[in-house]
Amino acid sequence: MRLHEYQSKDVFAQHQIPIPRGRLASTPEEAKLIAEELNGPVVLKAQVLVGGRGKAGGVRLVNTPKEAEEEASKILGNRIKDIPVRRLLIEEGVNIQQEIYLGMTIDREGGETVMIASAEGGVEIEEVARVSPEKIARVGINPLLGLRDFQIRNLAAEIEIPRALWRPFIAICHNLYASYQGLDSTLAEINPLVITTDNRIIALDGKIIIDDNALFRHPDLMDKRDTSAEIPEEIEARKFGLSYIKLDGNIGCLVNGAGLAMASMDIIKHKGGLPANFLDIGGGASAEKVAAALRIILSDLQVKTVLINIFGGITRCDEVAYGIKQTLEELKPEIPFVIRLVGTNDVKGRQILAEANLTTAESLQEAAEKAVNLVKEMA
Amino acid sequence: MSILINGSTRLLVQGITGQEGLFHTHQMLNCGTNIVAGVTPGRGGEWVLDGKIPVFNSVRTGVDVTGANTSVIFVPARFAGDAILEAADAGIKLIVCITEGIPVNDMLTVKQVIRARDVCLIGPNSPGLITPGSAKVGIIPSSITQKGNIGVVSRSGTLTYEILYALKQAGIGTSTCVGIGGDPVIGTNFSEILSYFEGDSQTDVVVMIGEIGGREEEKAAAFISEHMTKPVIGFIAGQAAPTNKRMGHAGAIIEGGVGTAQAKTEALQKAGVQVALYPEQVPELIKKLFINDAALTN
Repeated sequence: MRLHEYQSKDVFAQHQIPIPRGRLASTPEEAKLIAEELNGPVVLKAQVLVGGRGKAGGVRLVNTPKEAEEEASKILGNRIKDIPVRRLLIEEGVNIQQEIYLGMTIDREGGETVMIASAEGGVEIEEVARVSPEKIARVGINPLLGLRDFQIRNLAAEIEIPRALWRPFIAICHNLYASYQGLDSTLAEINPLVITTDNRIIALDGKIIIDDNALFRHPDLMDKRDTSAEIPEEIEARKFGLSYIKLDGNIGCLVNGAGLAMASMDIIKHKGGLPANFLDIGGGASAEKVAAALRIILSDLQVKTVLINIFGGITRCDEVAYGIKQTLEELKPEIPFVIRLVGTNDVKGRQILAEANLTTAESLQEAAEKAVNLVKEMA
Repeated sequence: MSILINGSTRLLVQGITGQEGLFHTHQMLNCGTNIVAGVTPGRGGEWVLDGKIPVFNSVRTGVDVTGANTSVIFVPARFAGDAILEAADAGIKLIVCITEGIPVNDMLTVKQVIRARDVCLIGPNSPGLITPGSAKVGIIPSSITQKGNIGVVSRSGTLTYEILYALKQAGIGTSTCVGIGGDPVIGTNFSEILSYFEGDSQTDVVVMIGEIGGREEEKAAAFISEHMTKPVIGFIAGQAAPTNKRMGHAGAIIEGGVGTAQAKTEALQKAGVQVALYPEQVPELIKKLFINDAALTN
């Protein structure tokens, strides 16, 4: 779950990380009022969960409250990268001397949390990593020891933070780690962390991603998820405990297990077709789950045929077959299906499908070929 | 021979009285696994499966009383990290965690402890292991396996079943099959399992089933070119996967250009691994290997 900039900054402020003065506005009048309070140039920042917000016109610098109101009325209600803007963060303008990157995340390879810093802030860290990896400093954190002062000093020295600012920098690093840990995050990023012309360090932007698997420890956050940047079908799938990702092709896929779902998409591609989605119905899928999955796949109008591949271990093929048959009788889709069931109770499952006149396949290869040919015949 | 589990495995099941735990304990027993104990806090003193297996309140007591040397974990995600630590604390050296959805930061702490205590952790988010004909620890259906000389190691669940099934259809059996788990932070990686197979007299060929995300397959490729004398056949799932989208498994995501199927395939091919394009091609490649082998020896 990704937090908005304003939510991330709230977290930072709670942990004594300096942020610019400012508040959230949802109308142009509010924007004007906040600008008056701040009494100087202000920055208007659209709160949308998409990358490249600045380039898409979601960040504006204005000098007067009147301008703030005018600009706010232009951005609010409009769309940035197709996401409607409902809120603006209005903040005081800051005079920047230097932009730094400071972030923490999980290093999969090392199996540890890492803190990453770079003197090249304000741009995407992946870009810095690609173009000039030598400009990135990092330290690994042992969870039993926590982040140590000497590690932060090493970071500060490596990215050449002025010696006079080491003390506040060390505090910010500790506080960022506390924010990250406290929320069970997988990413906490301040980009940029700025040194102002009057030598203060301030978090000018913020991004926190919380581990969905740890949300049970943060019940207060559950209803704060903003799904406006997500695809409706993906949200719907999550409700049923399904994992669905929309793709651009026309062969719908319904599979049990993530690895097998990927492999099924892959073989469609090898046979010359294009998968319309990734969909994992999980282990021990019930007839009800199968029905929900089929509804989601069929709601994609690009889908010309559906490939169902179930390998029954815990999942029982007869139950899946029953779910398929029932849903198809109810929805009466006009597109053909290719179904392959193997494993627990597969004979019974195939019998149910044969009685319903559905196309079945013995192997994954055969199923993929049949699906791809069906689409070709339609063209 | 086989790796990690065999006839001398003495298994303890954590979460044995839960629905999943009980069901799979029954299945594991049917495969001939020597299950000596179960643990559910608060249920100590009970017996399950017609009085066959005693239940203890803690792993420590279960180990003290029964001499269990391996543990399998079926407890819910929020308690699973603790369950791994409890097993490690009780001196168990092989811990297999089936549970999916453990917070990744919990795993980082767990990893420090298991490293320090020299514990082999398989998983989490793993289907477990099976040595056909001798023992099963986890949930891999035994009906799709048969005893043989192919070692299988995989990050996936049902995809592994698909490949085991394809092998069996082709008359090819397995020595041991290990599911290392689909999470971004896991206990044991490909390279470690590959080294066990390299040293196992029953294993002649290894099948390695990877997927997008992370760099473990690339690391395994480096290990193969340096240390493996036995042939390895590979498969990488997610060739058609988009970037920055988590494909079901918490670990299956291409981030910042890292973890693509193409990069993994190329790394493996460079290490001399033949990479199958689809699951059913795996047995074909193995058969070719043996034909070539036979041709060479003749």
